[in-house]
Amino acid sequence: MAKSVEIHLKVNGKNHVGHCESRTLLADFLRDHLNLTGTHTGCEHGVCGVCTIFVNGEAVRSCIMLAAQANGAEIVTIEGLSTAGRYHAVQKAFHENHALQCGFCTPGMLATVIDFLKTNPSPTKPEVKEALSAVLCRCTGYQNVVKAVMEAAADMREGTVGASANV
Amino acid sequence: MKPAAFDYYAPTTVDDVMALLKRHGSDARLLAGGQTLLPMMNFRLAAPEVIIDLNRIPELAFIREAGGQVHIGAMTRQRALEFSPVIAKDLPLLHEAIKMVGHLPTRSRGTIGGSLANADSAAEIPMILQVLEGEVLVRGPDGERTIPAAELILDAMTTSLAESEMLAEVRFQVMPQGALFAVEEFSRRRGDFAIAAVAAMLVVKDGLCEKARIATAGVSSFSSRLRAAEEILEGRALDADAIRKASEAAGASIEPVSDRNASEEYRRHLTRVLTTRVLNRAAESAKPH
Amino acid sequence: MSEANGFIGKSVPRREDRRLLTGKGEFVGDLKLPGMLHAAFVRSQVAHGRIKSVDLSRALECPGVAYAIAGPDLAKLLPPVPDTQLALPKKWTTRVQHTFLNPQQPLLAHDKVRHVGEAVAVILAESRYLAEDAAEQVTVDIEPLPAVVDPEQGLGSDSAFLHEQYDTNVIGDFEVAKGEVEASLAKAPHRMKRRFYHHRYAAIPMECRGVVAAHDERTDSITVWSACQVIHWLRREASTVLKMPEARIRCVALDVGGGFGVKGHVYPEDLLIPFLAREVGRPVKWLEDRHEHFMSASHSRDQTHDVEFGFDDEGHLLAFKDEFIVDCGAWNPIGSGIAYNTAVHLPGPYKFDHFLVRSRIVVTNKVPNAAYRGAGRPEATFAMERVMDLIAVELGLDPAEVRMRNMIPHSEMPYHLGIPYRDGEPIVYDSGDYPESLRQALTAIGGLDAFRERQRAARAQGRFLGLGLGCYVEGTGVGPFESATVRIDPSGKIYLAGGACPQGQGMETIFSQIVADAWKVDPKDVVVALADTSAISIGFGTIASRSTVNLSGAIYNASQVLQKKVFAIAANLMECSPVDLELRNGSVGLVGVPGKELPLARIAKAAMPGWENARPEGVSAGLEETAYFQPPTVTWAYATHAAILDLDVELGRIEIEKYVIVHDCGVVVNPMLVDGQIHGGAVQGLGGALLEELAYDSEGQLLVGSFMDYLVPGASDVPHMELKHMHFPSPLNPFGVKGVGEGSAIAPPVVIANGVCDALSHLKIEFNSTPIKPEQIARAVWGR
Repeated sequence: MAKSVEIHLKVNGKNHVGHCESRTLLADFLRDHLNLTGTHTGCEHGVCGVCTIFVNGEAVRSCIMLAAQANGAEIVTIEGLSTAGRYHAVQKAFHENHALQCGFCTPGMLATVIDFLKTNPSPTKPEVKEALSAVLCRCTGYQNVVKAVMEAAADMREGTVGASANV
Repeated sequence: MKPAAFDYYAPTTVDDVMALLKRHGSDARLLAGGQTLLPMMNFRLAAPEVIIDLNRIPELAFIREAGGQVHIGAMTRQRALEFSPVIAKDLPLLHEAIKMVGHLPTRSRGTIGGSLANADSAAEIPMILQVLEGEVLVRGPDGERTIPAAELILDAMTTSLAESEMLAEVRFQVMPQGALFAVEEFSRRRGDFAIAAVAAMLVVKDGLCEKARIATAGVSSFSSRLRAAEEILEGRALDADAIRKASEAAGASIEPVSDRNASEEYRRHLTRVLTTRVLNRAAESAKPH
Repeated sequence: MSEANGFIGKSVPRREDRRLLTGKGEFVGDLKLPGMLHAAFVRSQVAHGRIKSVDLSRALECPGVAYAIAGPDLAKLLPPVPDTQLALPKKWTTRVQHTFLNPQQPLLAHDKVRHVGEAVAVILAESRYLAEDAAEQVTVDIEPLPAVVDPEQGLGSDSAFLHEQYDTNVIGDFEVAKGEVEASLAKAPHRMKRRFYHHRYAAIPMECRGVVAAHDERTDSITVWSACQVIHWLRREASTVLKMPEARIRCVALDVGGGFGVKGHVYPEDLLIPFLAREVGRPVKWLEDRHEHFMSASHSRDQTHDVEFGFDDEGHLLAFKDEFIVDCGAWNPIGSGIAYNTAVHLPGPYKFDHFLVRSRIVVTNKVPNAAYRGAGRPEATFAMERVMDLIAVELGLDPAEVRMRNMIPHSEMPYHLGIPYRDGEPIVYDSGDYPESLRQALTAIGGLDAFRERQRAARAQGRFLGLGLGCYVEGTGVGPFESATVRIDPSGKIYLAGGACPQGQGMETIFSQIVADAWKVDPKDVVVALADTSAISIGFGTIASRSTVNLSGAIYNASQVLQKKVFAIAANLMECSPVDLELRNGSVGLVGVPGKELPLARIAKAAMPGWENARPEGVSAGLEETAYFQPPTVTWAYATHAAILDLDVELGRIEIEKYVIVHDCGVVVNPMLVDGQIHGGAVQGLGGALLEELAYDSEGQLLVGSFMDYLVPGASDVPHMELKHMHFPSPLNPFGVKGVGEGSAIAPPVVIANGVCDALSHLKIEFNSTPIKPEQIARAVWGR
């Protein structure tokens, strides 16, 4: 009966084996089966971007991916972004620039931004805004988020603040 | 919003897919990138009994140059197309348009085949297929067939694929050297499906437009060529008068749809406006810098 | 108390960030309790109808289902949501002419369904997946009734009535006036009439609603975790509905993913879930999904204003009469709150003597209308600010000039408006300089004359630039009160518990700054407990931009009393007089004698009851004080928003070239956080102006079910905003603060409307309703 699946995957550097229904969404698998509640869901239809995580090194919306599809994958969630208690450059910039308020979209923002900066380490402000439009935020009005991303990009280019072991 | 239960298969070859489709027929849905199907399933607007996941079939994801053509496997991610030097070199119009498709995280999973098979009336990839006169390779229980762009999409969300068939590959002619091209999209927000989009490729030789290919997205129930506008442009100089006439013809020739975002009249208007802008931008790109 | 000059005014980075940036926040959806069941609701797909039957039999047989109940059965067990939650004080009811009817919403619909999305039944199962499977198997038999969708039609005596016990759909009707508006209109040199419509949209926080409840058999007590802005209200209502003393109910809000007002009252689900937890003997979790959210979490705005105004040749507004209708939706959980806010915010920062507003609140078969950032003020500002521009156009004056001529000059502050606020107190604009805010805004956009020159030149080239202005005043920090407990912990740290309920504003940070200044400690040494009825037994909550004002006041009051006690004990220990002592560096020290001090921990120990205490005669044991701050009335913040718009008239697209906000919220506790509030509110306002819309069809079907239909602004849709601050301290509270949470959502819709009209002023087009969509602009221009 193919209604349930067994999955083997790596999350934040740690190996896991899970059993769930074939219909279990990856976001729910992470939250409910692995107790990694740092990943949030804001819409469950792939528009708001709040659920964005890293799958095999790329930002992906976890609410529209089946856990079954993550079999064999390497996943990094918000819980895996800082290394040995040290912030990723993007986390640091978010904190210093007040780029989060309620924090609900923040997991999705961080994954989206970090992935974007990997593809474009020296972005212009319009490019940053375009990349950020992948995640909806109701609190910040985006102004400080844009500022934080420009600063993080500069920090990462200059090597003043590290990236992370995992992403 | 959780999906209804289903039986899940993750075959590793296309033959296995064919066998599963044969066994389950209309009970089954093919899962490509999932950026459209999963949301529908989460809403329970779609509740297939069987899901055939195409993401474990390596033979379906590739980008190859082949004798003046580019062959792209149906499961090639939009993100791979975005960063492919082959696409940038051989199909620069697709390279430009792909950045308009959703957002980077959706392009991480979304596929070229999925977008074509879904045939959303406002999607950019079907429009580019029309402009570049691409074709798709379709696998069925009895083998393979080719469907040219003009025959692929019949109506909104409806292709000419049979229930037992699967889109396997997309093929384009390499764009001619020096071809002029542009794409313009109008949507309420960045990354949204287009309310109206126009894409064009023009081959200009000795000051005359030898070949004009223009297509739309978002204005009608499916992407189609603006043949009336193309006919006006072909054989004459690409000047302001030609562009104006072509844009008028473009607006007049479409069968616009009406919805909460835009009325029919406004879509005609947008078609005229965007056609003008696309043709102007394409013409501008020919001028020496 | 010493002058607050330490941490107040500093952009202290937030303590909340660490957990939120590392995925260690705890939102209600993250709670996992042993044996927890998951709830899913069956919601009406019909806008208006009589419930004939609800068949749960197939649902009960679905795998993993533990319990199910429908409205008709629940009605036998539980009363409806108690009467309007935002009660009106006697001072108001005796001053304002009004009629209110208060239909009470049952926790599940039982006789009728009154909007698409109204809950009819609930299923509890082992997972949300299984609960949704079962919910699909429920059959609801409804006899449809005509839907009331247009509130004006709902006024008619032949309309269907939602609440048949009343024979009307008008559930609220009040009037406020000053002067003689009819006479003044009749005499006015110019007299105009316009209709303004500000449409239905909503808060749409990224976290939907959610409630988890657990009943403890041992103590017969219930804990309710809810993404809620008013947990003390929840406890009060739960006490009534569950017939339990408040002392046995604990209500908590954990990290809340945005509220903006939509989580600012008690919903049926907040009361039903704890009932179910007690009924089934297992914890119950309900997480609203986004689809549900659109059809069951409160909507807002949706007002139609018929305004008549009179003015003279110089553009002075003489008389303003407004009859407006609020499309209230099916229920009215917070009563007159929104409508009355609208009424008293109409006059704005302007000086005129003849004013009349009549408001009618009309029920319709839509989701209930309640508070959302601005809460009635955007609608009022839309009307008045359009009027200012209309006067200007009529007379050929600049809209900025018309505003200047009408604004209350600084020399006339404090200004008595002549009508009462919702708290019943006469409105007094206590402090500020409105004309200066407008002047600064005009400077910030590059100067008015310079813009008009640019505009002329651009128009000659077929480009359309427009200036949009929006000026408003805002009553903030409304009472009745807020509570604070301040306690010196045995460690010497200061413990603060308060009734406020954060949803992302950074309250833990700003209140630690305030306590730090009051006690001369570092903010790191302040322990903050908010949004928990067990931490403080009486509290009010966070709505209406009130928490900075009211909780800081309560902190002050508690600290004043507690410090006297601290000094008395310290004096006893140090053998001196209390007047010789001061707070410094977490200690109490002798003034002018560095090194002679006792740490607060020492004082706390000395204050303990028992044998080793060192309290002087007459000083009670313990170092804790609970106090309340009851503001005398609201304190008035204000702002001017100015935007330069560049219209692509072919497409109808609006480019915002510049957006400037000059804002005054008095003393600023944390500048970085205040700016964040202003950014966030302004972007929500722009969303309301241009993108967000909750549309219904003529059958009452909600046409919005997802983020594909409801367009929340993204980063690419927002301009860079330039902020300027003015600081007129409030005279009404100890710290001189004013509220800032809502303000910037008030002006953007009218700024856009005014800007578009100004850009197309040569065509004499008016935009008097929202949202303003590209097609409307394109149509206004094509063929001209």
